[in-house]
Amino acid sequence: MSVTLGIFGAVALLLGIVILASLLTWVERRLLGFWQDRLGPNRVGWQGTLQIVADLVKIFFKEDWTPAFADKTLFVAAPVIVMATVLLAFAVVPLTAGSGIAPDLNVGLLFFLAMTSLSVYGVVLAGWASNSKFALLGGMRAAAQMMSYEVFMGLAVMGVVMLAGSFDLREIVRAQSKLWFCVPQFLGFVLFLIAGIAEAHRLPFDLPEGENELGAGFHTEYSSMKFGMFFVGEYAGIVLISAMVVVLYFGGWMGPLLPPAIWFALKVTAFIAFFILLRAALPRPRYDQLMSYGWKLMLPLSILNLGVTGAAILAG
Amino acid sequence: MPDEGFRAAYEAGAQQTVDGIKTVWVSRERLLEQVRFYKTAPSENYRLLLDISAVDESRRRKKPHAMCRDVTLVYHLLRVEDGAELRVKMPLQDADLAAPSLCGLWQNANWYEREVFDMFGVRFDGHPDLRRILMPESFAGHPLRKDHYSRATELGPFTMSDEMLAAELAAMQNLPAAGGLVDGKDDDADTMVLNLGPNHPSLHGVLRLVVKLRGEEILDVLPEIGFHHRGAEKIAERQSWHAFIPYTDRIDYVAGVMNNLPYVLAVEKLAGVEVPARAKVIRVMLAEFFRIISHLVFFGTMVQDVGQLSPVFYVFTDRERALEVIEAICGFRMHPAWFRIGGVAADLPAGWDELVRGFLAYLPKRLDEYEKMVMRNRIFKARTVGVGEYGAQEAVEWGITGPGLRATGVNFDMRKAKPYSGYEEFAFDVPLADRGDCYNRVKLRVDEIRESLKIIAQCVKTMPGGAVKAMHPAAMPMPRDKVLQDIDTLIPHFLNASWGPVVPAGEAAVTIEAAKGLNTYFLVSDGATGAYRARIRTPSFAHLQMLPLISRGAFLADLIAIVGSVDFVMADVDR
Repeated sequence: MSVTLGIFGAVALLLGIVILASLLTWVERRLLGFWQDRLGPNRVGWQGTLQIVADLVKIFFKEDWTPAFADKTLFVAAPVIVMATVLLAFAVVPLTAGSGIAPDLNVGLLFFLAMTSLSVYGVVLAGWASNSKFALLGGMRAAAQMMSYEVFMGLAVMGVVMLAGSFDLREIVRAQSKLWFCVPQFLGFVLFLIAGIAEAHRLPFDLPEGENELGAGFHTEYSSMKFGMFFVGEYAGIVLISAMVVVLYFGGWMGPLLPPAIWFALKVTAFIAFFILLRAALPRPRYDQLMSYGWKLMLPLSILNLGVTGAAILAG
Repeated sequence: MPDEGFRAAYEAGAQQTVDGIKTVWVSRERLLEQVRFYKTAPSENYRLLLDISAVDESRRRKKPHAMCRDVTLVYHLLRVEDGAELRVKMPLQDADLAAPSLCGLWQNANWYEREVFDMFGVRFDGHPDLRRILMPESFAGHPLRKDHYSRATELGPFTMSDEMLAAELAAMQNLPAAGGLVDGKDDDADTMVLNLGPNHPSLHGVLRLVVKLRGEEILDVLPEIGFHHRGAEKIAERQSWHAFIPYTDRIDYVAGVMNNLPYVLAVEKLAGVEVPARAKVIRVMLAEFFRIISHLVFFGTMVQDVGQLSPVFYVFTDRERALEVIEAICGFRMHPAWFRIGGVAADLPAGWDELVRGFLAYLPKRLDEYEKMVMRNRIFKARTVGVGEYGAQEAVEWGITGPGLRATGVNFDMRKAKPYSGYEEFAFDVPLADRGDCYNRVKLRVDEIRESLKIIAQCVKTMPGGAVKAMHPAAMPMPRDKVLQDIDTLIPHFLNASWGPVVPAGEAAVTIEAAKGLNTYFLVSDGATGAYRARIRTPSFAHLQMLPLISRGAFLADLIAIVGSVDFVMADVDR
C-alpha cells in the first residue's frame, strides 16, 4: 500500500515539475517582455497564462521528423536521457522537512551530481546522432563546457558538505537553521551558481545552442515533441538548479511566519527570475573564453574555497 | 621624367564632364601603367579604388569622346587625403572584350571585375577567380548589355524542370570546389566545410558563407552573393529619371532617403538644377535621421549577434520614435522616396520642429544607457576588442569607407572632404578610433549618432524659409498653383507627367557619405527621359568582399561578430 502511494506521490510530483517547467516558458517570455519594453504572450487565457496549452497543441501537431541521415536509436534516446536525468535528480530535493520523493537518501548530493553528469550524454548524443555539422559543433561545445563546469560544481559544494558533515540534503538544510550557508560559503555559492547556469546551458553559457552561429546547436535537427522534451528539460533544469541553490545555500524550506512549502517556492522563484534576468542582460562569451574562464579562474577559486573552509573547520 | 608622358596622355584623353571629376580615356595597352601611376605617384596618390563598372555604348547616340568604342570600362579612383576623384575610362571592342586585370594593383578589384564580367561579358586577363558573381552560373547572357532583355515578360513563361533544379543544387554543392576553398587534396580529417546560409539567423539577409574550419577555427571563408539581386541598374535604364527615385530607397533598405540623395544630386548636376536652400537643409536633416536609424538597427543586431538579446528591442523602440517623425514629414516610414529632382516632395508639416526637438531630447539619454549596458560590458569587450581587425593601409587597399575606415584612424568623411547638399554649413565632428576592430566599428557608430543629432539640431535652428523645389523644367512635379496660370509651366508639367523630364546628355557621378560608407551614383544621360546607364556603387559590396581576409584565424563565433560589425545590407550588396 505504502509503495503504491509512494509511486503515486512521485508521479504526481514529477508531473507537477513538468507542468511547472512548461509554465516557466510563459513566465520567461513575459518577464523578458517586461524587461525588453514589450508585452510578451498575453492573448491565450488571462494574461497569456494558457499560452503553454496553445504551445503544446502546436508542438504535438508538428511533424515528428527523424532525419534520414540520423542514427535513429540514439536520436530518439537523447531527449529522453536529458528529460529523465533532470527529473530523477528532483527525487532527492527536499521540498519541506517531510516531503520530497527520496529526500532521506544519505548520498543525495552525490546522486544530484551524478544525474547532472549523465544529462551531458543526452546533449552529446543528440549532437552526434543528428549527423549534422551544426549539431555536432553544438554537441562538442556541450561536452567540453558541461564536463569542465561539473568539476567546479562538485568542488564548490564540498564546502557545504564539510560544514554540514553530510551528503544528505535534508541534513544540509537542517544544518542551516542558525545561519544560511550563503554567508560562510559565499564564494562557494557564487561558484555553484555559475556552474549551475553552465549546467543548465542558459545565457551567458548557452554555447551548446549558440543560436547566432549554430542555429540551434545540438538540437538543430529536432522537431515536434522530441524538441519539446529538450525544451521542457532545459526549463526543468532551471528549476532544479534554483532548487539546489536554495537547498544548499539558502536554508531550503526554512523561514519565519509562512509555511515551509511557501518559503521554498518563493526562494526558488527568486532564483528562476534571476536566471531569466541574466538572459535579458548579458552577451555570450566565446567558447575558448568560457573554457579559460572555467579552468583558470573558477577552478583555483573553488580549490581555494575548499582549503579555506577546511582550515576554518580545523581551527574552529 | 616619366610623369611628363603620363601628363601628355592625360591631355589627349581628357573628357569634360558636368560633375567636374577629372576624366581620362586610356588605351588598353597603357591602362596598367597609367593606373599604377595614378595610384603610386606622390603627385597623384589616388590610393582607393572606389569602383569598376562599364557602359555599353552600342546604342549611345552622343559619344562622349573620340576614343569611345562598343563597351567602356570605367575605373573610379579616390584620394583619401582630400576626397579628390579621378575617372579612368578604357574603350573595348565587341570583337575583343578583354581587359587587363587590376587585381595585382588593388585587392578589391576582384569582385568589381567579376561583376563587370557577369554583367557585360568582359574577360579580365590575369584575374585569379573570374566567375559570375551576382547571376547564377547557369545564366545565359550578360544582363547589362543593351541587347539583353530587361523584363521577364519579354521571355516565355518560366518553369523550373527537375533537371534544372538538380543542376542548380549541384552547382551550389560544387561551390566550395569552384571557389577554390577545397581542392580535393587537403580534405584531411582535421578540417570541415560548414555551410552557413543563405538562410541563417545571423547573416543579415540572404548571404551564403562557406566556411572551412579546423575545430572551431576558421581557415577560410567563401562568400556567395547575388541572392538579393534585383537588377536595379537595369531597371534604371527603363524608368524615367523621376520614376527611379523609389527604387533607390530600396538599395540600402534601412537608410531610406539617404539613397535618394546621391541619385537626385547626380540628376541635378546633369540637368543643371539649382536646389533652394530650404530643400537642401530638409534633405540634410532627413538624411541624418536615416543615418541614425541605420546605425541603431546596426547596433541592435550586432549586439544581438554576440548574444545580448535585449538591446535590439530597445533600439527598435528608438527607431520607432525616429520613424514617427519621418512619417509625419514624409508620410512614409522606411522608404519615403521623398527627395525629388530639384528639391523635396512637399514642405515640412506644421509643428515639425516640435516633433524633431522631442526626438533630440529623447535619444541621448538612451544612448547613455547603451554605453553602460553594452559598450562597457566586459563580455561584449572580450568578444569584440581585437576581433576582425585591419589596419588603415589594408582598409584603403580594400576600398573600405565610412566608419569602417575611420575606425582605423583615417580621417576621411565625404561630408567634410567634399561637402555636398550644404554640409559645409554644419558644425560636427568626425569620430575616429585608432584600431580597426569590431569594437571600434560599433563604438564609432554610436558616436556618429550623437554627431547626427548635432546636425539635426542645427537644421531645426537654421531652417531657412522659401521654396522647397527648384523652378526648373526638369524639376518634378511643377508647382501646382503656377501650372494652371501660365503656359510656360503647363508645358513642362505636361511633358514631365507624360514621359518624364528630359535631361541633357552628359555624365555625372555623385558620391555621398552614406550610413555605411561611400555611396556613388554614376549616371549617363543620352539626352533622353531616362538614364542611359546608372551605376550604383555601394559600400556594403566593398565591405563584404573583405570578410574572408579578416575572418581567417578567428573562431566561428567571431565570424558572426565580424559579419555583424561590417554592417552590410544584402540589398545594398546585390542591388
